[in-house]
Amino acid sequence: MAGAGIAVVGASLGGLRAAEQLRAAGWRGTITLFGDEPHLPYNRPPLSKEVLAGEAPASGTQLRRRPSVEDVEWRLGTAVATADLTARTLTLADGRVHPYEGLVAATGVRPRRLPLPGGPPRHVVRTLEDSAALAAELVAGARVLVIGSGFIGCEVAATARTAGCEVTVVAPESEPMVLAIGEDLARALRHRHEARGVRFRMGHLATALTPRGAVLDDGTELDADVLVEAVGSLPNTEWLAATPGLDLTDGILCDAHLRIGGLPHAVAVGDVARFPNPRYGPLPRRVEHWSVPGDTARHAARTLLAALTDTSRDPAPCAPLPSFWSDQFTLRLQSFGQPALADRAELLSGDPESADGDLLYGYYLGERLIGVAALGGPAAAAAAARHRAELMTLPEPVV
Amino acid sequence: MVKVTVDMDVCQNHGQCVFAAPDIFRIDEDGRLAYVASPDAALRDDAEDAADVCPLQAIRVEG
Ligand SMILES: Cc1cc2nc3c(=O)[nH]c(=O)nc-3n(C[C@H](O)[C@H](O)[C@H](O)COP(=O)(O)OP(=O)(O)OC[C@H]3O[C@@H](n4cnc5c(N)ncnc54)[C@H](O)[C@@H]3O)c2cc1C
Repeated sequence: MAGAGIAVVGASLGGLRAAEQLRAAGWRGTITLFGDEPHLPYNRPPLSKEVLAGEAPASGTQLRRRPSVEDVEWRLGTAVATADLTARTLTLADGRVHPYEGLVAATGVRPRRLPLPGGPPRHVVRTLEDSAALAAELVAGARVLVIGSGFIGCEVAATARTAGCEVTVVAPESEPMVLAIGEDLARALRHRHEARGVRFRMGHLATALTPRGAVLDDGTELDADVLVEAVGSLPNTEWLAATPGLDLTDGILCDAHLRIGGLPHAVAVGDVARFPNPRYGPLPRRVEHWSVPGDTARHAARTLLAALTDTSRDPAPCAPLPSFWSDQFTLRLQSFGQPALADRAELLSGDPESADGDLLYGYYLGERLIGVAALGGPAAAAAAARHRAELMTLPEPVV
Repeated sequence: MVKVTVDMDVCQNHGQCVFAAPDIFRIDEDGRLAYVASPDAALRDDAEDAADVCPLQAIRVEG
Protein backbone atom coordinates (compact mmCIF):
# COMPACT_ATOMS: atom_id res chain seq x y z
CA MET A 1 0.00 0.00 0.00
CA ALA A 2 2.96 2.33 0.56
CA GLY A 3 3.04 4.88 -2.24
CA ALA A 4 -0.69 4.73 -2.83
CA GLY A 5 -0.97 8.10 -1.15
CA ILE A 6 -3.87 9.88 0.44
CA ALA A 7 -7.34 9.80 -1.08
CA VAL A 8 -9.71 12.68 -0.42
CA VAL A 9 -13.34 11.94 -1.20
CA GLY A 10 -15.37 15.09 -1.92
CA ALA A 11 -13.78 17.92 -3.92
CA SER A 12 -15.37 20.97 -2.38
CA LEU A 13 -14.36 23.34 0.42
CA GLY A 14 -13.49 20.61 2.94
CA GLY A 15 -11.65 18.40 0.45
CA LEU A 16 -9.59 21.26 -0.94
CA ARG A 17 -8.64 22.56 2.49
CA ALA A 18 -7.71 19.06 3.61
CA ALA A 19 -5.32 18.67 0.64
CA GLU A 20 -3.76 22.07 1.38
CA GLN A 21 -3.38 21.29 5.07
CA LEU A 22 -1.81 17.91 4.31
CA ARG A 23 0.83 19.73 2.27
CA ALA A 24 1.24 22.39 4.96
CA ALA A 25 1.78 19.63 7.53
CA GLY A 26 4.54 18.12 5.39
CA TRP A 27 2.93 15.36 3.29
CA ARG A 28 4.91 15.08 0.05
CA GLY A 29 3.26 11.91 -1.24
CA THR A 30 0.44 11.55 -3.71
CA ILE A 31 -2.91 13.19 -2.98
CA THR A 32 -5.89 12.16 -5.10
CA LEU A 33 -9.10 14.16 -4.85
CA PHE A 34 -12.31 12.46 -5.94
CA GLY A 35 -15.32 14.64 -6.63
CA ASP A 36 -18.62 13.61 -8.17
CA GLU A 37 -19.28 17.14 -9.45
CA PRO A 38 -17.56 18.08 -12.72
CA HIS A 39 -16.20 21.35 -11.27
CA LEU A 40 -13.09 22.34 -9.39
CA PRO A 41 -13.97 23.38 -5.83
CA TYR A 42 -16.31 26.35 -5.76
CA ASN A 43 -17.87 28.47 -3.07
CA ARG A 44 -21.48 27.66 -2.15
CA PRO A 45 -22.62 30.71 -0.13
CA PRO A 46 -23.04 32.95 -3.22
CA LEU A 47 -25.38 30.34 -4.76
CA SER A 48 -28.30 31.60 -2.68
CA LYS A 49 -27.17 35.23 -2.83
CA GLU A 50 -25.11 36.94 -5.56
CA VAL A 51 -25.15 34.07 -8.08
CA LEU A 52 -28.87 33.46 -7.59
CA ALA A 53 -29.49 37.19 -8.04
CA GLY A 54 -27.47 37.20 -11.25
CA GLU A 55 -25.07 39.74 -9.70
CA ALA A 56 -21.99 37.56 -9.83
CA PRO A 57 -20.92 35.19 -12.58
CA ALA A 58 -20.76 31.55 -11.58
CA SER A 59 -17.11 31.62 -12.69
CA GLY A 60 -16.43 34.05 -9.85
CA THR A 61 -17.22 31.40 -7.26
CA GLN A 62 -14.12 29.24 -7.73
CA LEU A 63 -12.28 28.73 -4.49
CA ARG A 64 -8.72 29.99 -4.30
CA ARG A 65 -6.27 27.09 -4.35
CA ARG A 66 -2.88 27.28 -2.66
CA PRO A 67 0.09 26.71 -4.98
CA SER A 68 1.00 23.72 -2.78
CA VAL A 69 -1.84 21.66 -4.30
CA GLU A 70 -0.85 22.18 -7.92
CA ASP A 71 0.41 18.59 -8.12
CA VAL A 72 -2.59 16.86 -6.58
CA GLU A 73 -4.50 14.56 -8.85
CA TRP A 74 -8.03 15.78 -9.50
CA ARG A 75 -10.53 13.05 -10.33
CA LEU A 76 -13.57 15.20 -11.03
CA GLY A 77 -16.87 13.80 -12.24
CA THR A 78 -15.82 10.64 -10.40
CA ALA A 79 -18.07 9.43 -7.60
CA VAL A 80 -16.73 7.01 -5.04
CA ALA A 81 -19.25 4.18 -4.78
CA THR A 82 -17.93 2.25 -1.79
CA ALA A 83 -14.97 2.18 0.56
CA ASP A 84 -13.38 -0.67 2.46
CA LEU A 85 -11.68 1.01 5.39
CA THR A 86 -10.03 -2.17 6.55
CA ALA A 87 -8.51 -3.14 3.20
CA ARG A 88 -7.95 0.55 2.48
CA THR A 89 -9.50 0.63 -0.97
CA LEU A 90 -12.08 2.76 -2.72
CA THR A 91 -14.32 1.44 -5.47
CA LEU A 92 -15.31 4.09 -7.97
CA ALA A 93 -18.68 4.37 -9.68
CA ASP A 94 -17.14 2.88 -12.85
CA GLY A 95 -15.96 -0.17 -10.91
CA ARG A 96 -12.26 0.68 -10.75
CA VAL A 97 -10.52 0.10 -7.44
CA HIS A 98 -8.25 2.70 -5.90
CA PRO A 99 -5.98 1.71 -3.00
CA TYR A 100 -4.94 4.33 -0.48
CA GLU A 101 -2.74 4.75 2.59
CA GLY A 102 -4.81 7.45 4.21
CA LEU A 103 -8.38 8.64 3.66
CA VAL A 104 -10.13 11.97 4.12
CA ALA A 105 -13.94 11.88 3.93
CA ALA A 106 -15.26 15.28 2.80
CA THR A 107 -18.50 14.36 1.08
CA GLY A 108 -20.72 17.04 2.65
CA VAL A 109 -24.50 16.91 2.54
CA ARG A 110 -27.27 17.07 -0.04
CA PRO A 111 -30.67 18.74 0.28
CA ARG A 112 -33.41 16.74 1.92
CA ARG A 113 -36.47 16.56 -0.32
CA LEU A 114 -40.10 16.94 0.68
CA PRO A 115 -41.77 13.54 0.91
CA LEU A 116 -44.63 14.78 -1.33
CA PRO A 117 -45.24 14.00 -5.00
CA GLY A 118 -46.18 16.48 -7.73
CA GLY A 119 -46.27 20.23 -7.42
CA PRO A 120 -45.18 23.18 -9.57
CA PRO A 121 -41.54 23.22 -10.79
CA ARG A 122 -39.46 22.25 -7.74
CA HIS A 123 -35.99 23.49 -6.83
CA VAL A 124 -33.27 23.03 -4.23
CA VAL A 125 -30.07 25.03 -3.84
CA ARG A 126 -26.85 23.18 -3.26
CA THR A 127 -24.89 23.20 -6.52
CA LEU A 128 -24.00 25.66 -9.28
CA GLU A 129 -26.53 23.94 -11.53
CA ASP A 130 -29.27 24.21 -8.88
CA SER A 131 -28.64 27.93 -8.49
CA ALA A 132 -28.67 28.59 -12.24
CA ALA A 133 -31.90 26.66 -12.71
CA LEU A 134 -33.68 28.56 -9.94
CA ALA A 135 -32.26 31.93 -11.04
CA ALA A 136 -33.93 31.46 -14.42
CA GLU A 137 -37.33 31.29 -12.69
CA LEU A 138 -36.94 34.33 -10.43
CA VAL A 139 -38.59 36.83 -12.76
CA ALA A 140 -40.54 39.81 -11.42
CA GLY A 141 -44.08 38.82 -10.51
CA ALA A 142 -43.39 35.09 -10.24
CA ARG A 143 -45.06 33.53 -7.21
CA VAL A 144 -42.34 31.76 -5.24
CA LEU A 145 -43.20 29.41 -2.42
CA VAL A 146 -40.30 28.59 -0.12
CA ILE A 147 -40.80 25.57 2.10
CA GLY A 148 -38.46 25.75 5.07
CA SER A 149 -37.19 28.77 6.99
CA GLY A 150 -33.62 27.86 7.82
CA PHE A 151 -30.83 29.92 6.45
CA ILE A 152 -31.09 28.76 2.85
CA GLY A 153 -34.87 29.27 2.87
CA CYS A 154 -34.51 32.80 4.26
CA GLU A 155 -31.72 33.73 1.85
CA VAL A 156 -33.63 32.45 -1.17
CA ALA A 157 -36.74 34.32 0.02
CA ALA A 158 -34.77 37.57 0.28
CA THR A 159 -33.08 37.12 -3.09
CA ALA A 160 -36.36 36.24 -4.82
CA ARG A 161 -38.15 39.19 -3.23
CA THR A 162 -35.35 41.53 -4.30
CA ALA A 163 -35.85 40.21 -7.84
CA GLY A 164 -39.49 41.33 -7.64
CA CYS A 165 -41.10 37.94 -6.97
CA GLU A 166 -44.13 37.38 -4.73
CA VAL A 167 -42.61 35.32 -1.94
CA THR A 168 -44.23 33.18 0.75
CA VAL A 169 -42.30 31.12 3.29
CA VAL A 170 -43.96 28.14 5.00
CA ALA A 171 -42.38 26.29 7.92
CA PRO A 172 -43.50 24.43 11.06
CA GLU A 173 -41.33 26.42 13.48
CA SER A 174 -42.54 29.52 15.32
CA GLU A 175 -40.08 31.88 13.62
CA PRO A 176 -37.59 31.73 10.73
CA MET A 177 -34.11 30.48 11.76
CA VAL A 178 -35.38 30.11 15.31
CA LEU A 179 -33.30 26.98 15.93
CA ALA A 180 -30.09 28.82 15.09
CA ILE A 181 -30.66 32.21 16.71
CA GLY A 182 -33.50 31.89 19.23
CA GLU A 183 -37.00 33.33 19.41
CA ASP A 184 -36.28 37.05 19.89
CA LEU A 185 -33.77 37.65 17.13
CA ALA A 186 -35.73 35.32 14.83
CA ARG A 187 -38.87 37.40 15.33
CA ALA A 188 -36.94 40.57 14.47
CA LEU A 189 -35.61 38.84 11.37
CA ARG A 190 -39.15 37.95 10.29
CA HIS A 191 -40.36 41.51 10.83
CA ARG A 192 -37.61 42.82 8.60
CA HIS A 193 -38.48 40.32 5.89
CA GLU A 194 -42.15 41.27 6.17
CA ALA A 195 -41.31 44.98 5.95
CA ARG A 196 -39.73 44.14 2.59
CA GLY A 197 -42.74 42.21 1.37
CA VAL A 198 -42.03 38.55 2.19
CA ARG A 199 -45.05 36.70 3.61
CA PHE A 200 -44.70 33.98 6.25
CA ARG A 201 -46.98 31.11 7.19
CA MET A 202 -45.11 29.96 10.29
CA GLY A 203 -46.39 27.01 12.28
CA HIS A 204 -47.59 25.22 9.17
CA LEU A 205 -46.63 22.23 7.09
CA ALA A 206 -47.31 21.60 3.43
CA THR A 207 -49.35 18.40 3.30
CA ALA A 208 -49.87 18.13 -0.46
CA LEU A 209 -48.55 19.63 -3.67
CA THR A 210 -50.59 20.35 -6.78
CA PRO A 211 -49.52 21.71 -10.15
CA ARG A 212 -50.81 25.10 -8.94
CA GLY A 213 -49.06 25.18 -5.60
CA ALA A 214 -49.34 23.66 -2.14
CA VAL A 215 -51.99 22.74 0.41
CA LEU A 216 -51.18 23.46 4.05
CA ASP A 217 -52.16 21.46 7.12
CA ASP A 218 -54.98 23.92 7.87
CA GLY A 219 -56.48 23.40 4.42
CA THR A 220 -55.21 26.71 2.97
CA GLU A 221 -54.16 26.55 -0.66
CA LEU A 222 -51.19 28.63 -1.72
CA ASP A 223 -50.73 29.36 -5.41
CA ALA A 224 -47.17 29.16 -6.65
CA ASP A 225 -45.31 29.18 -9.97
CA VAL A 226 -42.11 27.96 -8.36
CA LEU A 227 -41.47 25.85 -5.29
CA VAL A 228 -38.19 25.91 -3.37
CA GLU A 229 -37.48 23.06 -0.98
CA ALA A 230 -35.20 24.22 1.81
CA VAL A 231 -35.99 21.60 4.42
CA GLY A 232 -32.57 20.61 5.67
CA SER A 233 -29.96 18.19 4.48
CA LEU A 234 -28.82 14.59 4.45
CA PRO A 235 -25.16 13.69 4.93
CA ASN A 236 -23.54 11.87 1.99
CA THR A 237 -22.39 8.75 3.78
CA GLU A 238 -23.80 5.87 1.72
CA TRP A 239 -20.35 5.14 0.24
CA LEU A 240 -19.15 4.19 3.73
CA ALA A 241 -22.02 1.89 4.56
CA ALA A 242 -20.18 -1.27 3.54
CA THR A 243 -17.57 -0.87 6.27
CA PRO A 244 -18.95 -2.61 9.37
CA GLY A 245 -18.97 -0.87 12.71
CA LEU A 246 -19.20 2.74 11.57
CA ASP A 247 -21.83 4.99 13.14
CA LEU A 248 -23.44 6.86 10.23
CA THR A 249 -26.69 7.83 11.95
CA ASP A 250 -26.16 11.55 11.31
CA GLY A 251 -23.02 12.07 9.29
CA ILE A 252 -19.80 10.22 10.11
CA LEU A 253 -19.20 9.80 13.82
CA CYS A 254 -15.63 10.88 14.62
CA ASP A 255 -13.55 11.04 17.77
CA ALA A 256 -12.09 14.25 19.16
CA HIS A 257 -9.30 14.05 16.56
CA LEU A 258 -11.71 13.55 13.67
CA ARG A 259 -10.77 9.90 13.19
CA ILE A 260 -13.57 7.84 11.70
CA GLY A 261 -14.74 5.10 14.04
CA GLY A 262 -11.41 5.23 15.86
CA LEU A 263 -9.59 3.98 12.75
CA PRO A 264 -6.06 5.38 12.50
CA HIS A 265 -5.95 6.01 8.75
CA ALA A 266 -9.27 7.68 8.08
CA VAL A 267 -10.52 11.13 9.05
CA ALA A 268 -13.57 13.24 8.19
CA VAL A 269 -13.97 17.00 7.70
CA GLY A 270 -16.66 19.60 7.01
CA ASP A 271 -20.44 19.24 6.90
CA VAL A 272 -20.35 15.43 6.96
CA ALA A 273 -18.27 15.09 10.15
CA ARG A 274 -19.97 14.60 13.52
CA PHE A 275 -17.47 15.22 16.29
CA PRO A 276 -17.38 16.28 19.94
CA ASN A 277 -16.34 19.90 20.44
CA PRO A 278 -14.95 20.32 23.98
CA ARG A 279 -16.25 23.89 23.99
CA TYR A 280 -19.77 22.50 24.25
CA GLY A 281 -19.48 19.17 26.06
CA PRO A 282 -18.93 15.57 24.98
CA LEU A 283 -21.93 15.15 22.65
CA PRO A 284 -20.74 14.81 19.02
CA ARG A 285 -22.43 17.23 16.62
CA ARG A 286 -22.42 18.12 12.95
CA VAL A 287 -22.05 21.81 12.11
CA GLU A 288 -22.99 23.04 8.62
CA HIS A 289 -21.10 26.32 8.66
CA TRP A 290 -18.61 27.52 6.10
CA SER A 291 -15.89 28.00 8.73
CA VAL A 292 -15.92 24.36 9.81
CA PRO A 293 -14.35 22.67 6.74
CA GLY A 294 -11.27 24.87 7.12
CA ASP A 295 -10.94 24.34 10.86
CA THR A 296 -11.52 20.60 10.74
CA ALA A 297 -9.22 20.15 7.73
CA ARG A 298 -6.30 21.63 9.64
CA HIS A 299 -6.80 19.30 12.59
CA ALA A 300 -7.67 16.22 10.53
CA ALA A 301 -4.62 16.61 8.30
CA ARG A 302 -2.31 16.52 11.34
CA THR A 303 -4.17 13.55 12.81
CA LEU A 304 -3.81 11.59 9.58
CA LEU A 305 -0.13 12.45 9.03
CA ALA A 306 0.74 11.44 12.57
CA ALA A 307 -0.76 8.02 11.86
CA LEU A 308 0.92 7.66 8.46
CA THR A 309 4.35 8.75 9.61
CA ASP A 310 4.16 7.07 13.03
CA THR A 311 4.70 10.28 14.93
CA SER A 312 2.69 11.57 17.83
CA ARG A 313 -0.22 13.82 17.11
CA ASP A 314 -1.30 17.07 18.67
CA PRO A 315 -2.90 15.90 21.94
CA ALA A 316 -5.42 18.76 22.04
CA PRO A 317 -8.84 17.83 20.65
CA CYS A 318 -10.33 19.63 17.67
CA ALA A 319 -12.16 22.62 19.16
CA PRO A 320 -13.19 25.10 16.48
CA LEU A 321 -15.23 28.17 17.35
CA PRO A 322 -18.29 27.82 15.11
CA SER A 323 -19.25 30.96 13.23
CA PHE A 324 -21.69 31.67 10.46
CA TRP A 325 -23.01 34.59 8.56
CA SER A 326 -26.03 35.01 6.34
CA ASP A 327 -26.87 37.86 3.96
CA GLN A 328 -30.58 38.59 3.52
CA PHE A 329 -31.61 41.72 1.63
CA THR A 330 -28.96 44.21 2.76
CA LEU A 331 -28.93 42.70 6.25
CA ARG A 332 -26.04 40.69 7.59
CA LEU A 333 -26.69 38.09 10.24
CA GLN A 334 -23.43 37.18 11.99
CA SER A 335 -23.06 34.54 14.67
CA PHE A 336 -20.12 33.30 16.73
CA GLY A 337 -20.26 30.32 19.09
CA GLN A 338 -23.30 28.07 19.53
CA PRO A 339 -26.44 30.16 20.22
CA ALA A 340 -28.52 27.04 19.58
CA LEU A 341 -27.24 25.43 22.80
CA ALA A 342 -28.09 28.35 25.07
CA ASP A 343 -30.79 28.31 27.73
CA ARG A 344 -31.30 32.08 27.59
CA ALA A 345 -30.78 34.95 25.16
CA GLU A 346 -30.20 38.52 26.24
CA LEU A 347 -30.41 41.70 24.18
CA LEU A 348 -26.95 43.30 24.40
CA SER A 349 -27.67 46.31 22.21
CA GLY A 350 -30.22 47.73 19.81
CA ASP A 351 -34.00 48.11 19.71
CA PRO A 352 -35.81 44.97 18.55
CA GLU A 353 -38.90 47.00 17.60
CA SER A 354 -37.03 49.17 15.12
CA ALA A 355 -37.34 48.12 11.50
CA ASP A 356 -33.72 48.71 10.59
CA GLY A 357 -31.36 49.33 13.50
CA ASP A 358 -28.53 47.02 14.53
CA LEU A 359 -29.28 44.26 17.02
CA LEU A 360 -26.88 42.24 19.14
CA TYR A 361 -27.87 39.27 21.31
CA GLY A 362 -25.79 37.27 23.77
CA TYR A 363 -26.60 33.59 24.39
CA TYR A 364 -25.94 32.06 27.78
CA LEU A 365 -25.75 28.60 29.24
CA GLY A 366 -26.04 29.29 32.94
CA GLU A 367 -23.71 32.22 33.48
CA ARG A 368 -21.44 31.40 30.58
CA LEU A 369 -21.63 33.32 27.30
CA ILE A 370 -21.64 30.60 24.62
CA GLY A 371 -22.72 32.59 21.58
CA VAL A 372 -23.45 36.01 20.11
CA ALA A 373 -25.51 36.90 17.06
CA ALA A 374 -25.96 40.25 15.36
CA LEU A 375 -28.37 41.48 12.73
CA GLY A 376 -27.96 44.69 10.78
CA GLY A 377 -25.07 46.43 9.09
CA PRO A 378 -21.28 45.98 9.30
CA ALA A 379 -21.19 47.72 12.68
CA ALA A 380 -23.44 45.05 14.19
CA ALA A 381 -21.21 42.29 12.87
CA ALA A 382 -18.16 44.11 14.22
CA ALA A 383 -19.84 44.37 17.63
CA ALA A 384 -20.44 40.63 17.61
CA ALA A 385 -16.81 40.02 16.68
CA ARG A 386 -15.68 41.89 19.79
CA HIS A 387 -17.03 39.00 21.89
CA ARG A 388 -14.97 36.49 20.01
CA ALA A 389 -12.08 36.38 22.50
CA GLU A 390 -14.48 35.58 25.35
CA LEU A 391 -16.16 32.86 23.29
CA MET A 392 -12.75 31.36 22.47
CA THR A 393 -12.00 30.69 26.14
CA LEU A 394 -12.32 26.97 26.73
CA PRO A 395 -14.38 25.86 29.71
CA GLU A 396 -12.72 23.71 32.38
CA PRO A 397 -12.05 20.85 32.30
CA VAL A 398 -11.10 20.14 28.71
CA VAL A 399 -11.90 16.56 27.72
CA MET B 1 8.63 39.28 0.60
CA VAL B 2 4.99 38.30 0.20
CA LYS B 3 2.55 40.30 -1.88
CA VAL B 4 -1.02 40.57 -0.60
CA THR B 5 -3.87 42.09 -2.60
CA VAL B 6 -7.51 42.40 -1.66
CA ASP B 7 -10.15 42.99 -4.29
CA MET B 8 -11.97 45.82 -2.52
CA ASP B 9 -14.90 45.58 -4.94
CA VAL B 10 -15.50 42.08 -3.63
CA CYS B 11 -14.64 42.57 0.07
CA GLN B 12 -17.71 42.79 2.31
CA ASN B 13 -15.93 43.49 5.60
CA HIS B 14 -16.44 40.06 7.15
CA GLY B 15 -13.23 40.65 9.09
CA GLN B 16 -12.24 36.98 9.24
CA CYS B 17 -8.81 37.88 7.82
CA VAL B 18 -8.20 40.10 10.85
CA PHE B 19 -8.56 37.11 13.17
CA ALA B 20 -6.34 34.94 10.98
CA ALA B 21 -3.60 37.50 10.36
CA PRO B 22 -3.82 40.49 12.73
CA ASP B 23 -0.33 41.65 11.71
CA ILE B 24 -1.47 42.11 8.12
CA PHE B 25 -5.15 43.05 8.29
CA ARG B 26 -7.16 45.41 10.45
CA ILE B 27 -10.51 47.16 10.32
CA ASP B 28 -10.02 50.92 10.48
CA GLU B 29 -12.13 53.44 12.43
CA ASP B 30 -14.63 53.70 9.57
CA GLY B 31 -15.18 49.94 9.61
CA ARG B 32 -13.20 49.44 6.41
CA LEU B 33 -10.48 46.93 5.77
CA ALA B 34 -6.88 48.13 5.79
CA TYR B 35 -3.90 45.86 5.13
CA VAL B 36 -0.15 45.63 4.64
CA ALA B 37 0.45 44.96 0.94
CA SER B 38 3.99 43.64 1.33
CA PRO B 39 4.26 41.87 4.66
CA ASP B 40 7.42 40.15 5.86
CA ALA B 41 8.02 36.68 4.41
CA ALA B 42 7.64 35.27 7.91
CA LEU B 43 3.96 36.14 7.68
CA ARG B 44 3.34 34.02 4.58
CA ASP B 45 1.41 31.31 6.44
CA ASP B 46 -0.73 33.91 8.16
CA ALA B 47 -1.48 35.52 4.80
CA GLU B 48 -2.47 32.14 3.35
CA ASP B 49 -4.71 31.47 6.35
CA ALA B 50 -6.38 34.85 5.92
CA ALA B 51 -7.01 34.20 2.24
CA ASP B 52 -8.53 30.81 3.14
CA VAL B 53 -11.02 32.22 5.62
CA CYS B 54 -12.28 35.06 3.44
CA PRO B 55 -15.90 34.10 2.64
CA LEU B 56 -15.71 36.20 -0.52
CA GLN B 57 -12.33 34.76 -1.55
CA ALA B 58 -11.18 38.33 -2.16
CA ILE B 59 -7.58 37.95 -0.94
CA ARG B 60 -4.65 37.02 -3.18
CA VAL B 61 -1.23 35.99 -1.93
CA GLU B 62 1.77 35.96 -4.26
CA GLY B 63 5.53 35.81 -4.19
C1 LIG C 1 -26.66 27.73 -0.99
C2 LIG C 1 -25.77 27.66 0.21
C3 LIG C 1 -25.48 28.83 0.91
C4 LIG C 1 -24.65 28.79 2.02
N1 LIG C 1 -24.40 29.96 2.68
C5 LIG C 1 -23.65 29.94 3.81
C6 LIG C 1 -23.43 31.14 4.55
O1 LIG C 1 -23.88 32.22 4.18
N2 LIG C 1 -22.69 31.06 5.68
C7 LIG C 1 -22.16 29.89 6.14
O2 LIG C 1 -21.51 29.87 7.19
N3 LIG C 1 -22.34 28.72 5.44
C8 LIG C 1 -23.08 28.73 4.29
N4 LIG C 1 -23.28 27.55 3.59
C9 LIG C 1 -22.68 26.29 4.09
C10 LIG C 1 -21.32 25.98 3.49
O3 LIG C 1 -21.30 26.24 2.11
C11 LIG C 1 -20.97 24.51 3.77
O4 LIG C 1 -20.80 24.41 5.16
C12 LIG C 1 -19.74 24.00 3.04
O5 LIG C 1 -19.92 24.01 1.65
C13 LIG C 1 -19.39 22.59 3.47
O6 LIG C 1 -18.28 22.13 2.76
P1 LIG C 1 -17.95 20.58 2.61
O7 LIG C 1 -16.74 20.51 1.75
O8 LIG C 1 -17.95 19.95 3.95
O9 LIG C 1 -19.21 19.95 1.86
P2 LIG C 1 -19.77 20.23 0.40
O10 LIG C 1 -19.51 21.65 0.02
O11 LIG C 1 -21.17 19.73 0.41
O12 LIG C 1 -18.89 19.31 -0.53
C14 LIG C 1 -18.99 17.92 -0.58
C15 LIG C 1 -18.65 17.48 -1.98
O13 LIG C 1 -18.52 16.06 -2.02
C16 LIG C 1 -19.18 15.56 -3.17
N5 LIG C 1 -19.51 14.14 -2.95
C17 LIG C 1 -20.51 13.63 -2.20
N6 LIG C 1 -20.51 12.29 -2.22
C18 LIG C 1 -19.47 11.92 -3.02
C19 LIG C 1 -18.94 10.66 -3.43
N7 LIG C 1 -19.47 9.50 -3.02
N8 LIG C 1 -17.86 10.66 -4.27
C20 LIG C 1 -17.31 11.83 -4.67
N9 LIG C 1 -17.77 13.04 -4.31
C21 LIG C 1 -18.84 13.09 -3.48
C22 LIG C 1 -20.37 16.48 -3.28
O14 LIG C 1 -20.97 16.42 -4.55
C23 LIG C 1 -19.73 17.83 -3.00
O15 LIG C 1 -19.14 18.39 -4.14
C24 LIG C 1 -24.11 27.56 2.46
C25 LIG C 1 -24.40 26.38 1.75
C26 LIG C 1 -25.23 26.43 0.63
C27 LIG C 1 -25.55 25.16 -0.09
